[in-house]
Amino acid sequence: MNRTVALWLAVGWLGYALLPWYAIEDGFWIFEWLFDGYPADRDYAPGILQVFLDDKVWLAPISFFLLLPLGLIGRAKNDPFFANILLISGLGGLAYVGLQGFSIGIGGWEFASLEQLFGPLERRQFGLGYGALLTSAGFLFFLTQGIAARGAINGDVFVVGSIGLVIALVGIFILFPVIQILLSALKDDAGLYAPSVFLTKFFDKKIWGLGCLSGNVSCGAAWNSLFLAVTVGAGTTILGLAFALVVTRTRFRAKKLLRALTVLPIITPPFVIGLAIILLFGRSGSVTQFASDLLGIPAGRWIYGLPGIWFAQMLAFTPIAFLVLIGVVEGVSPSMEEAAQTLRADRWTTFATVSLPLMRPGLANAFLLGFIESMADFGNPLVLGGNYDVLSTEIFFAIVGAQNDQGRAAVLALVLLGFTLSAFYAQRRWLGKKSYTTVTGKGDSGVHPYLPKRLTWLVYGAAVPWAALTIVIYVMIVFGGFVETWGRDHSLTLRHYISAFSVSSGEGGLLWTGSAWNSFFTTMIIAGVSAPLTAGIGLITAYLLVRQKFAGKDSFEFGTMLSFAIPGTVIGVSYVLAFNVPPIELTGTGVILVICFIFRNMPVGVRAGIASMSQLDKSLDEASLTLGATSFTTVRKVILPLLRPAIVAALVYSFVRAITAISAVIFLVSANYDMATSYIIGRVENNDYGLAIAYSSVLILVMLAAISMVQFAVGERRIRRRNQDGGVASPLAESKAA
Amino acid sequence: MTIASKAASVSFDAVTKAFGPVVAVDQVSFRVEAGSLVTLLGPSGCGKTTTLRMIAGLEMATHGRILIGDDDVTSLPATDRDVSMVFQSYALFPHMNVLENVSYGLRVSGLAKQEVGDRAHDGLELVGLKGYGDRLPSELSGGQQQRVAVARALVLEPQVLLFDEPLSNLDAKLRRRVREEIRDIQQNLGLTSVYVTHDQEEALAVSDRIIVMNQARIAQEGAPRELYDEPADLFVADFIGDANLLDAEILSLEGTEALVSLGDIRLRLPARGLETGPVRVAIRPQAITLRADARGESLRGVVRKATYLGSHIEYSVETPIGELFVISGDVARPIAKDSDVSVGLSQQGVTLVGS
Repeated sequence: MNRTVALWLAVGWLGYALLPWYAIEDGFWIFEWLFDGYPADRDYAPGILQVFLDDKVWLAPISFFLLLPLGLIGRAKNDPFFANILLISGLGGLAYVGLQGFSIGIGGWEFASLEQLFGPLERRQFGLGYGALLTSAGFLFFLTQGIAARGAINGDVFVVGSIGLVIALVGIFILFPVIQILLSALKDDAGLYAPSVFLTKFFDKKIWGLGCLSGNVSCGAAWNSLFLAVTVGAGTTILGLAFALVVTRTRFRAKKLLRALTVLPIITPPFVIGLAIILLFGRSGSVTQFASDLLGIPAGRWIYGLPGIWFAQMLAFTPIAFLVLIGVVEGVSPSMEEAAQTLRADRWTTFATVSLPLMRPGLANAFLLGFIESMADFGNPLVLGGNYDVLSTEIFFAIVGAQNDQGRAAVLALVLLGFTLSAFYAQRRWLGKKSYTTVTGKGDSGVHPYLPKRLTWLVYGAAVPWAALTIVIYVMIVFGGFVETWGRDHSLTLRHYISAFSVSSGEGGLLWTGSAWNSFFTTMIIAGVSAPLTAGIGLITAYLLVRQKFAGKDSFEFGTMLSFAIPGTVIGVSYVLAFNVPPIELTGTGVILVICFIFRNMPVGVRAGIASMSQLDKSLDEASLTLGATSFTTVRKVILPLLRPAIVAALVYSFVRAITAISAVIFLVSANYDMATSYIIGRVENNDYGLAIAYSSVLILVMLAAISMVQFAVGERRIRRRNQDGGVASPLAESKAA
Repeated sequence: MTIASKAASVSFDAVTKAFGPVVAVDQVSFRVEAGSLVTLLGPSGCGKTTTLRMIAGLEMATHGRILIGDDDVTSLPATDRDVSMVFQSYALFPHMNVLENVSYGLRVSGLAKQEVGDRAHDGLELVGLKGYGDRLPSELSGGQQQRVAVARALVLEPQVLLFDEPLSNLDAKLRRRVREEIRDIQQNLGLTSVYVTHDQEEALAVSDRIIVMNQARIAQEGAPRELYDEPADLFVADFIGDANLLDAEILSLEGTEALVSLGDIRLRLPARGLETGPVRVAIRPQAITLRADARGESLRGVVRKATYLGSHIEYSVETPIGELFVISGDVARPIAKDSDVSVGLSQQGVTLVGS
């Protein structure tokens, strides 16, 4: 039999006959069950024993699908029988495992119709565990090998298998949860489908109300979110453009400093900006007190609400627009501008008629990014929202508040998803092929002209104060952690750091007595586990997208980039809805956090991979293939070693994003698995700003350290230049000698 | 030298390759004999590279059969074919040194370490790069990189060795050297090689046989001399060497000879199976002689342009039968612009072409 088939057959049987079929309550990485009654215990028994020990007869047919591939012994790969058997076994097995999982749940039959048909069921089953996981993986790869044997992608087992794996993962962890939202939005409280209830919830005044236009009632959350996102998108784009112009087209001195600002949003948990703003402009904030002391302006709560959120988001997302627009502004070919100048346009005319129009798609792109980020932002509205309801926080309160209305949360999530997906779709369809700023491979020499004088002063006027404000904010963040009680008692103290991060030596060695250690370690472990997985699946996806041709590639790409457009709160709600009950029961575990991060951050890995893989000449792959290497060997020996910068980037970004994430996380944390960000938010809600700020600064430091460490470690690429000991003559001389 | 040859023939049987609605290769059939070097020649977009990539297994034929030796490899992917290829960009792995590059194919084929080392060293010696093993590709000149690419392909002792425009990244002087080296190695080892180029001079220089492709089909196949002397159609006549293509008429046929009227001139040319009636005559620029002393009986013309090119002079001459492009080796006695000349045709280099 074919080696790969044999391998996956062994895996399939391992899952069915040896490992516990159902999920173990203790956790994915706890192996106590091995000594606790396995294999006969009903909770830990493998699938095949469940049939006999616990009368779970519906698990028996799985063995049929696992026996089928044995019929392949002695058959060649190009035998049509070979492909068909694998297809039947793989597809049938997967379908059957899924079907029984969805049909039989904790309370017996899941569907009333099945109960009528078969009579009530005594037995119940929990979420799928290791056994089911491995068996399903076996079926999945039977299926892909069957497809490959039918001749797809030149019969390349590795490539078809990778495509199958990515589709299965994206299907289970992105599409399935989103569909669950849709389904629960359509259900009423009793769990029955009720479109009328959906419509009532959907057209709720609290979502679409327009009271703020006529009276002093507040508007619906959807309008609030939309207004906020549009103004933040426009604001960040304008400011980002000003920054980009200052850096690329003026004689500004501290350009390096400005560029350093772009790192900040990457390493800053989003709500930290909101915190700093409270420290400045809150009722007991420095600016507020200064104003009331000196000018007699009474301290107010004006910062809570639209002004505060807008301000915080502007500070948080301007650097992102800046990052995007630097590329856009630099991407305008200097020769176009030089051409305009030689055609007697002055600097202003050149800018207005050539440079700016060429940047238009990039500007639209930056706007849409800011729009999506603002829509999805959860931390700042939570901290600064006041009475200004936005969708992302409303979703949260619908779930955790007194109402605990999953249906309402689902409806709100749908509305939010509608906005971000439209923006995402617009970005891809409308702008995707409309970039003027591609720098050609041909040496495009020339320099960008400087901006006209008036414009220079304008962009200075916008960018410099804003940069100064950003610096002030970060100084506040550092400083705030060392102050007793902000606004009241400004004496310096280490109290907050001690209460969060104290360590004492006890009998058993070091004791991590600080209150933050628990969430800190959890965060590091979860982020550390998810980072390589994220990078891995991201790069595989990028490889498939850049290097392989297959049917349905466009939808495949859309699906993999989709999670970028799904706001964290929506992912959080959908995971709660989808993974709270069998067959996939993950809530309350660390695994769900890891999975959440993998699929939230996957687009980062995909983008990093696509960017650097497109720069690798495709003939390198082809050379390897014609030299007899398989595609798997080619990936391992040629592509991966050349992709090291991309791997590092993907690793660092997914690690850091896992640390700063809050929106999805806050739904998924549990007592055992608390994350740093949700712990900090908890402190903020208790008005314990000192500790929150102190913890945030520690996180920022950790992330800075992680970024610089990894860059240092993998930064030195293996390019063994020979010493200039006369061994290498100049290329010119050598070509003559040759 | 331990590098041997397992040369096998290559056969295409009515092979078609379509990319969606675009047909890149249309019903192409040919056979490359074992141990010979065949060139696929044609303008860009004619399907020659796609044909080469189908031999390699990098593209899969949409219809038809491909055989290497006696084995049907039509549905076999590149990995499983005993074919190696020298890429236009060389495609040397930049993170491996020269020796690692050359031994890559041997290593992934699972050969013993000792043999991998021996054969890789032999390969480097064969292309004259002994001692360069631990350099990185980026530390080599273009010509050296090219030879590493050849060595890397050779050491696998493939049944067929493919060259995809291997000289296009070299400067003009180096090109002549390297193509001679490639031809020497191919002949010494008796390799079956398929070579793609758009440079007709290169094709004439290295090939046993040439397959000229145009618009996804084979325009003509033959030995270099056949293609030059007896082009099958206007495209081949024009593409291989320059040619003046003139309207003419076959007045009568006498056995294998045709009496042709070209303007006022009468010519006797091999008929090449053509019927009486309108026809075209292809005249090589070198086959036309110009004489400054215009004598009575022959074709008259006026020199409109004269370009001195060192080894020869190119003239553009206006005549009653049309504008003629002439190459003259007589640099010692240039003919001035606007002079009247008499135009003569030599025996060689004038041929009938069906239209």
